[in-house]
Amino acid sequence: MADQAKMARQFIQAIPHAKALGMKLTEIGNGRATISMPYADHLVGDLKTGVIHGGAVSAVMDTCCGAAVMSHPSSPTGTATIDLRIDYMRSATPGQTVTAHATCYHVGRSVAFVRATATDDDTGNPVATASGAFTVENRSGAFKEKCK
Amino acid sequence: MNARAKAEPAQLVKQRRDAALAALVEGVPYIRFLGIKFDRHGDELTGVLRFDDKLIGNPFLPALHGGATAAFMEVTSIITLSMAHLWKDIESGVIDTQLMQQGELPRLPKTIDFTVDYLRSGLPRDAYARATVARAGRRYASVQVKAWQDNRDKPFAQASGHFLMPGRENEHD
Repeated sequence: MADQAKMARQFIQAIPHAKALGMKLTEIGNGRATISMPYADHLVGDLKTGVIHGGAVSAVMDTCCGAAVMSHPSSPTGTATIDLRIDYMRSATPGQTVTAHATCYHVGRSVAFVRATATDDDTGNPVATASGAFTVENRSGAFKEKCK
Repeated sequence: MNARAKAEPAQLVKQRRDAALAALVEGVPYIRFLGIKFDRHGDELTGVLRFDDKLIGNPFLPALHGGATAAFMEVTSIITLSMAHLWKDIESGVIDTQLMQQGELPRLPKTIDFTVDYLRSGLPRDAYARATVARAGRRYASVQVKAWQDNRDKPFAQASGHFLMPGRENEHD
């Protein structure tokens, strides 16, 4: 279990896009993950308001969901997003860190299902929610086929 | 308007449209960060995502990050929708494109929801995307977008989203 969590953590840290967006994996294990993304000027989607772009929120949600799949007790060796839906409730407050929490609530032989929520400092009032399906790779098979 | 207005010089028309597009794009720092450019042919826009190492999500394959792909398609949707929304006012001169370039930007549509299908993994090379506005109402719009790399008939991702349209200043109707 500890090895798996360590592996997933290293995997996240090795993702260039996650690194470029300043993402930090703060919690992982048991099909749950938390990733935070501090506010930065290059993430802004609207110069006038300074609000972070929805695309950056998508990226942190996607990464967090993938991490949750990887940390599931069923020990998948890899994963890829099949589909992800994001609902945007409100703008993230400029200057505040966006934090995503993802839960992988079901893993089948080939597919994992994940839900996630993103918040800023006002943690009771989500910025966005996401739900998605991910591939489950076990040594060889489904994942490789998808990547062809 | 009485008679048909004399056709404007092509250069002027092109300049005005390109200025509006450039101003919209430059108003979004995240577009510059991702390295997205737009090719315009008349009112048809193609988003171009120049490959960069920072877009990689899986370094072992390697493959583009799903978040980068999603952001690319969301950006393409918003800019395409916004240009379609503003087109008439840009053409008529109601929107001063010079003022736009000085930073007086119209508000962009806001994403309500965005759903991405990942069809195959994004290769470490340039990607393209085109969005179509399925419906543009006064308040809500529905947009579909496809992204491809080498072969347009083999998209690596597609998405559909709903957007909240900004209120129009100078609304006549």
